[in-house]
Amino acid sequence: MFDGYLVAAVIGMGMATYGSRLAGYWLLRDVAITGRWKAALDAVPPAILMAVIAPSVFLGTWMEWVAAALTLGAALMRAPLLVSILLGVGTVAVLRYVT
Amino acid sequence: MVCAGGGMSFSKDFRAGLLDIFPIMIAYGPISMLWGTYAASKGLNPYEALLMSFGVYSGSAQFVAMDLWQQQLPIWLLIFTIATVSLRHVLMSASISRHMKGFSRTKASLLLFWLTDEAWALMERRAASQPITPAYYMGVAAPLWPVWFGFSFLGAFLGRALGDSTAIGLDFAFAAMFIAVLAGFWKGPRTGGVLVASSAVAVAAKLFLPGAWYIILGGIAGMGFAVLTWREGDDV
Repeated sequence: MFDGYLVAAVIGMGMATYGSRLAGYWLLRDVAITGRWKAALDAVPPAILMAVIAPSVFLGTWMEWVAAALTLGAALMRAPLLVSILLGVGTVAVLRYVT
Repeated sequence: MVCAGGGMSFSKDFRAGLLDIFPIMIAYGPISMLWGTYAASKGLNPYEALLMSFGVYSGSAQFVAMDLWQQQLPIWLLIFTIATVSLRHVLMSASISRHMKGFSRTKASLLLFWLTDEAWALMERRAASQPITPAYYMGVAAPLWPVWFGFSFLGAFLGRALGDSTAIGLDFAFAAMFIAVLAGFWKGPRTGGVLVASSAVAVAAKLFLPGAWYIILGGIAGMGFAVLTWREGDDV
């Protein structure tokens, strides 16, 4: 049922993915972080979140731009998470349907 | 109400996590099936697709692995490539570890298996306003795993996706969630600098480099901006 190469790949890849998920925690678990290092870590959420979405928004069509803008607007006005997501998804769906 | 306090708060936090991840669970179905379909087209049987999704549990890593599959690369080269795709999780793990001080090492190490981009983003959002607990972590992270491997199996089994999920905009759910979470991290002009550096590098990397390099490179660019503009006495 299972090919040998595949089993080796799953084990090796699994160690790579789980290892990277553990690494940050184990490296910093007992380290007190201050100064520049703290500034770097504080920047991780905005920097990574922005990197995740930038290509799909900026390299998308005007429909994704409109949906992204509306989602951002809703979130900045402190709409519940679900409402912001539904607004973005709904906008994309409607624009794709009518164009 | 007479009830064990610990149990009460466990189920409350668990449910809060479940509620946060719920829309993403729905969007995970089609993308999981898409991967299963792709894996089947590369010669994996449904049980092999299931095994990979169960053990590797990373969309970006698994799509890259299937891109490379027919070349039958030396196994170490495949694993090395997957490790580079997964580097972003080192940063996510480092960042969220600061909010996991109350977790035992064993519990944290087990729970980190479920650290996905989506669960991480929602945990950072939660951590900005209140402590994250193991119960919240379970609720927000664990439910995506069975969706991922279950629908991978289904996609490989059927050999096709069910309908066109892009027609109802489901593919945009991920971007929308990340945008909504990102909105909560605005702390003034320096955040703007981080975002400009990150997005410029991410877009350039997406255009010119394969795989998921754009996430880690954009992230490092944003961190670099924060480090370079840091001054003694800053607290943000």
